[in-house]
Amino acid sequence: MIIEAELRSTKRWELTAEGEEIAREGSHEARVFRSIPPEGLAQSELMRLPSGKVGFSKAMSNKWIRVDKSAADGPRVFRVVDSVEDEVQRRLQLVQGGQAEKLGEKERSELRKRKLLTEVTLKTYWVSKGSAFSTSISKQETELSPEMISSGSWRDRPFKPYNFLAHGVLPDSGHLHPLLKVRTQFRQIFLEMGFTEMPTDNFIESSFWNFDALFQPQQHPARDQHDTFFLRDPAEALQLPMDYVHRVKRTHSQGGYGSQGYKYNWKLEEARKNLLRTHTTSASARALYRLAQKKPFTPAKYFSIDRVFRNETLDATHLAEFHQIEGVVADHGLTLGHLMGVLREFFTKLGITQLRFKPAYNPYTEPSMEVFSYHQGLRKWVEVGNSGIFRPEMLLPMGLPENVSVIAWGLSLERPTMIKYGINNIRELVGHKVNLQMVYDSPLCRLDAEPGPPRTQGTA
Amino acid sequence: MPTVSVKRDLLFRALGRTYTDEEFDELCFEFGLELDEITSEKEIISKEQGNEKAEGASDVVLYKIDVPANRYDLLCLEGLVRGLQVFKERIKAPVYKRVTPNGEIQKLIITEETARIRPYAVAAVLRNIKFTKDRYDSFIELQEKLHQNICRKRALVAIGTHDLDTLSGPFTYTAKRPSDIKFKPLNKTKEYTACELMNIYKTDNHLKHYLHIIENKPLFPVIYDSNGVVLSMPPIINGNHSKITVNTRNVFIECTGTDFTKAKIVLDVIVTMFSEYCENPFMVEAAEVVFPNGKSYIFPELAYRKEIVRADLINKKVGIRETPENIAKLLTRMHLKSEVIGDGNQIEIEIPPTRADVIHACDIVEDAAIAYGYNNIQMALPKTYTIANQFPLNKLTELLRYDMAAAGFTEALTFALCSQEDIADKLGLDISATKAVHISNPKTAEFQVARTTLLPGLLKTIAANRKMPLPLKLFEISDIVVKDSSRDVGARNYRHLCAVYYNKNPGFEIIHGLLDRIMQLLNVPPGEKKGGYVIKASEGAAFFPGRCAEILARGQSIGKLGVLHPDVITKFELTMPCSSLEINIEPFL
Repeated sequence: MIIEAELRSTKRWELTAEGEEIAREGSHEARVFRSIPPEGLAQSELMRLPSGKVGFSKAMSNKWIRVDKSAADGPRVFRVVDSVEDEVQRRLQLVQGGQAEKLGEKERSELRKRKLLTEVTLKTYWVSKGSAFSTSISKQETELSPEMISSGSWRDRPFKPYNFLAHGVLPDSGHLHPLLKVRTQFRQIFLEMGFTEMPTDNFIESSFWNFDALFQPQQHPARDQHDTFFLRDPAEALQLPMDYVHRVKRTHSQGGYGSQGYKYNWKLEEARKNLLRTHTTSASARALYRLAQKKPFTPAKYFSIDRVFRNETLDATHLAEFHQIEGVVADHGLTLGHLMGVLREFFTKLGITQLRFKPAYNPYTEPSMEVFSYHQGLRKWVEVGNSGIFRPEMLLPMGLPENVSVIAWGLSLERPTMIKYGINNIRELVGHKVNLQMVYDSPLCRLDAEPGPPRTQGTA
Repeated sequence: MPTVSVKRDLLFRALGRTYTDEEFDELCFEFGLELDEITSEKEIISKEQGNEKAEGASDVVLYKIDVPANRYDLLCLEGLVRGLQVFKERIKAPVYKRVTPNGEIQKLIITEETARIRPYAVAAVLRNIKFTKDRYDSFIELQEKLHQNICRKRALVAIGTHDLDTLSGPFTYTAKRPSDIKFKPLNKTKEYTACELMNIYKTDNHLKHYLHIIENKPLFPVIYDSNGVVLSMPPIINGNHSKITVNTRNVFIECTGTDFTKAKIVLDVIVTMFSEYCENPFMVEAAEVVFPNGKSYIFPELAYRKEIVRADLINKKVGIRETPENIAKLLTRMHLKSEVIGDGNQIEIEIPPTRADVIHACDIVEDAAIAYGYNNIQMALPKTYTIANQFPLNKLTELLRYDMAAAGFTEALTFALCSQEDIADKLGLDISATKAVHISNPKTAEFQVARTTLLPGLLKTIAANRKMPLPLKLFEISDIVVKDSSRDVGARNYRHLCAVYYNKNPGFEIIHGLLDRIMQLLNVPPGEKKGGYVIKASEGAAFFPGRCAEILARGQSIGKLGVLHPDVITKFELTMPCSSLEINIEPFL
């Protein structure tokens, strides 16, 4: 800094040009009063005087003069009092003499309203030598240049300071979609836990794999036109593993494997109906069926994250398609305690530690448990996932050994993402109505590291 | 999940104690129920129709309780109370008995005409029952809940309940031409033919949902008494003549349907729930049903089944170590009366007629776990060591996504379902040329087909973001679906990569450069030799003439790139030039 300047401002009162005239000559009303002789003056004549108009009305309201309208040659003005005190002039003279402070606030503001006084702010700078005081003049450099580096001139050049409060220029970059960033993290968690990814690249599924293989009866409401998208073309699956299909049919209609079955007339044509898979559990069923064909049985841990489809009523939190996250463990002697243990590890990696489990009903798991976590924002327990042990009626017809249990759990990808990124309307996140600015601005997804943005309603 | 609405004070009186809302919520959670809402009739009406309409409505506190879909025995206050009281060991589970009347047994004769429309019927009598207003309401409400759930909106089973004292047996269940059926239906003052009724009920908000079950059938099911009085025309409406009231003492119950097993379950649930109010509680008077083949059956079945499960199996499945005696106690609390038998490790479990959901030992295991308390189970981790693998296609996708973003393109996430127009008309194609799979029951045009290309989704994303600064550079790597008769379901997915550049200039060189970059990332050299890639002038309906090229890599066509046709741009409600690239990435696995 070459010099330092300190601002010092003072305020004072000054007379206006009119104010100065009044201090010198007296107020308009006093001048009017003085110009009236004892015999009075014609009003028309008085009005022609320089102070006439303003002075007349002020002198009238001060009750110094009166008007006689009955005079022979028009209205005449007479004095009422013998002498007057010109307060206005006296006050203005006080200000002129530098004694404005002797006037009250009210008196000053009255004079100011009459435009006789003004308040003047006087700004002065107190200038002193700065830390880099110099008597020679040199221009400040804005940026370092290659020439300065090579010549070394940067050593004795002054540089203009940066404004560190300004924003930087954002890099010109591409961005990943927030939902898929969360998907990446969920994949990572499963991989860290030793789970192998199942193929799920088949949106079209037969009712057989989507429902029948899962021991979901053919009259189940989920198989209704209102809930599931069925296909017109190709309407039916071309091939089904018929040996296995017969075991499934028998288990539904007559029971077996220790089950009473549902005791109804199971129809192959119903199983052949193609649909858009309603859950990725259909892919899990295919994976478990493949596992069952490998002898001897080897324990497996599987996961998948992919799209599923429901012919549902759409609202702010439901779309006709969403992503399902699913984890499956097949091993000898798995217990409900194992399911809970795996869930605890899984949710801990998501940053969710307070869990409790509620008995529930799913057509293809028994026992079933809903997973609840305590939501700090909502101050209540909210459901975060669904889980269970696959029914023997599903596993045994596949050919899995009797002492093998399969535990599984599932949740949606959208809900944790909406909570994570503070999004209330799912359409802003998924689909073409996405807000690209939101995509550009979304931070990294670190599920266990940071609290989400302020959580709003609609997360229950 | 069905929701049962019960009056809180009535519930607490029946439970013999009061709870705070939190305590009751906790009890529900433990038992596998969910206290969904605390409300009142007044609150419900005011919410749905405004405060004015709610004026004068009851403000008695209601608990709305979510019940698991397979627990038909918990669908009314009576069942909930019984379930919770047994769970808390305050009462023992009642024993339900079928009794033959001293006098003549009520008979329902099924004629063969019913065979093609609704072949099954079961029946029973609740003798000397004492209703009150609340009990009566609960009785009607239970039928409604059963109709909506296990009865599949009356398609599988329909229930009719009648004042037996107004009727005279034997009853006939038959099927007749609609024009030949004439009776005074419930809550109407004059007689109508079945044809007239079907018309009248078309505008009935409640009944119109059931008409389709029989609408187009030549014969309608109908039940008569010996004097020709119509009891009901299932599954639509009962007759007014035999209408039950609070004062009805003897109730004749018939269930007709297309699923015999479910009809029997429904009958069992109704009589087990409401025989509580009979002079001889839990005693149900039998009725005889004669089938067209002359065989006769006695209902309700009220069958108790015995299962034997080893205690160590239950311990092993749940992950606990309880003595057989304790496990028997746990199961008894779940309405499954159990005792230790044989070698001291076997448990004999009696499954009552109310628990039709118990069809396998695993159902018994679950009940033991619930009674033990899920949250009391010791957690453990599976001991087996497993090696994780990624699905190769997803692994490649993940890697490419990152480098697409590094190349300056932003990721979109668009719907897999769309309209025919999106994938055909708007791209200048005929739908038959797309090999698209078609949905048979879309609610709107947005769900007519599965996409065969990612391009429409990206163009729609741009259209929704026209306020954003240019250029817009978007990509998506996701699946498309086409028919393929070599696959078991007749269709398959392909993993596509699509990118678009939208600006004041078409920017073909930018999209072309992106292709070069993608090929570089995939280690595919330029040129036709050594499995390289080239682009060759081509045509495509979606592209501007002379501005389209086919991409050939490793000896096969993998997609196209080019400048979009102005018609395409306009049809997607865009105004700027646009170039695009779409390839199948599966050849690079």
